[in-house]
Amino acid sequence: MDNATLKERILDFVPEAEFQETKQFLTFIIPPARIHELAVVLKSEADLAFDFLFCLTGVDMIKFLEVVYHLESTGHKHQLVLKVRTADRENGAVDTVSDIWRTAEFLEREVYDLLGIRFNNHPDLRRIFLEEGWNGHPLRKDYVDEVNIVEL
Amino acid sequence: MKEVINLPVKNIEEEEYHINMGPQHPSTHGVLRLVVSLQGEIVKSLKPHCGYIHRGIEKMCEKDTYPQIIHLTDRMDYLSAHINNHAVCLLVEKALEVEVPERVKYIRTIIDELNRIASHQLWWCSFGMDMGGLTCFFYGLRDREKILDIFEESFGSRLLHSYYTPGGLMMDIHSNFQKGVKDFIKYFRKKIKDYDDILTGNIIMQERTKGVGILTREEAISYGVTGPSGRASGFACDVRKHHPYGVYDKADFKEILGTDGDTFTRYMMRMHEMRESMKILEQLIDNIPAGDYTAKMKAVLKLPAGEYYQRVEAARGELGVYVVSDSNKTPYRMKFRSPNFSNLSVLDHISRGGKIADLVAIGGSLDYVIPDIDR
Repeated sequence: MDNATLKERILDFVPEAEFQETKQFLTFIIPPARIHELAVVLKSEADLAFDFLFCLTGVDMIKFLEVVYHLESTGHKHQLVLKVRTADRENGAVDTVSDIWRTAEFLEREVYDLLGIRFNNHPDLRRIFLEEGWNGHPLRKDYVDEVNIVEL
Repeated sequence: MKEVINLPVKNIEEEEYHINMGPQHPSTHGVLRLVVSLQGEIVKSLKPHCGYIHRGIEKMCEKDTYPQIIHLTDRMDYLSAHINNHAVCLLVEKALEVEVPERVKYIRTIIDELNRIASHQLWWCSFGMDMGGLTCFFYGLRDREKILDIFEESFGSRLLHSYYTPGGLMMDIHSNFQKGVKDFIKYFRKKIKDYDDILTGNIIMQERTKGVGILTREEAISYGVTGPSGRASGFACDVRKHHPYGVYDKADFKEILGTDGDTFTRYMMRMHEMRESMKILEQLIDNIPAGDYTAKMKAVLKLPAGEYYQRVEAARGELGVYVVSDSNKTPYRMKFRSPNFSNLSVLDHISRGGKIADLVAIGGSLDYVIPDIDR
C-alpha cells in the first residue's frame, strides 16, 4: 500500500490523528486513548498487516513525554511511525501494545525504566536495567544525578 | 549424642523451585542473570535480569558529538563493532545528505562482512564449548585470529576499531589488505569444512539441538527476533536485502531461510551465512575503485532538526539507530534498537517445557552479547 492510501486509511479510522511531516516515514500523532484500538486494526487487517514492531522508544520533549512506535509490514513492506504523547510527567500512562507485538513487553519496560512512562495492562512492568528503588528516570531531561553523571 | 534435626525434605520432582544462572555463568557469555523456575529439570519459566553492565550509552550520547558517538557504539556489540559504527555513519550521512565515495562504500561493505565472519567464528567456537566440545573453541579462535590480523594491519586495533567516520574512513586501507583478505578466504574455505566435520555432523550435537527451542515464524516476527535466529524461523529479515546500504545491492548473495526454527536450524543459518559472506567478499575484493577514502566533511557536524532512523544488519540481527535532532552538534535523543535485546525477550517463551541443559543450547544458538542488551 502506498503512503497516500495508508494515510487515508489511518485518518479514516482515527480522524483526530495528527499527520506529521517527516522525511523518512509516514508519521502520525495518535491520542493516547486510541492507540491500542488502532494497533489491533493495524496488525489484524489483511491489507495493513503491520506485524513487525521494529522499534519502540520514548522521548522526553519537556512539554510532554512521547512514545514512538516504528512499524513495518513484512508482507507488504510498508512502514509507519506512530507517536503518543502524554503531558503528565508524574503519572503519564499509555496503553500497552505488548499483547499485540510481544517484543513490546521488554521495550516498554525499558521506556518505563529510563523515561518513567507507565504502560496500562502491561503484564510485568518493572525496571529492566536499573535496580528497584532507583531514584528518577535517567533519560529525562530534568534528571539530576551528581554521583553517577560526571559533567565535563 | 547429637540430636538429629529432621529438615522438611521437598520432593524436587514435584515442587517448583528457582535457580539462578548467572550473573557469572559460562553459558550466559557475560553478566546476565537468568532466574529459572524448575520442576525437576524441566524449565517452567524464566526471567532474565539485565542491567549488570548498563552504562547508559544513550544518555552519554546526548552529551557527545556524532564522531564521538561512533566510539561508544563499538562498546555495545563489540563482536560486530564495525557494523555498529556503520549504522551511525550512515545515519549522519543520510541526515546531512552527503554522498560518500564509491571506494568507501566498497571498503565498508568488505570490512562489515569480515566482521560478520569473525563474529560467527566466535559464536561457533563458544557454541561448541556450550555443547561440550572444547576443540571447537580453539579452532574458532585460531581462524578468527586471521581476520583480526587483517584488521590490525589496516587500522591498528583488533576489537574496538572506530574505523569508520561520518563521511568515510579514518584512514586508507593497508596495501596488503586485498591480499590478506584473499588469502583468508582461501584458508577459511578449507577450514570451514572442518567445522562441519567436528560439530555439524556430530550426532551428540544434533540430538541435543534438533527439535529443541522451536520458534515459529509468526512468533519470531512478533518478538522481533531478527538476524540468523529470525531467518531460521523463515522470517525474511535481512536488512542487506530489504533495505540495502553500502554496495550490497551490487553483490550477489542469497538470503537463506530456514523452516524448522529449532536450535539446529539457527546453528545452520550462521554456517550458511559465513559461506555467503565469503561469496560477497570474493565479488568485491578485486573491484575496490580508486578514489578518496573520505568525503569532505565540516569540522562540526550538526544534523538538521528532525528525526532519522537507520537500520543495518549486524551479526546478530537488525540494529536500528533512532535520532531526534534539534540542530545541535549533539543529538537530542539517541536510541539504539539492539538486536540482542529483542532476541533475549524470546528466551523465556522457547525454553519453556525443555530441560535445563537445553536452555544452554538455546541460549548459545540465540548468540546474545550482553553489552548490547544492557547498553
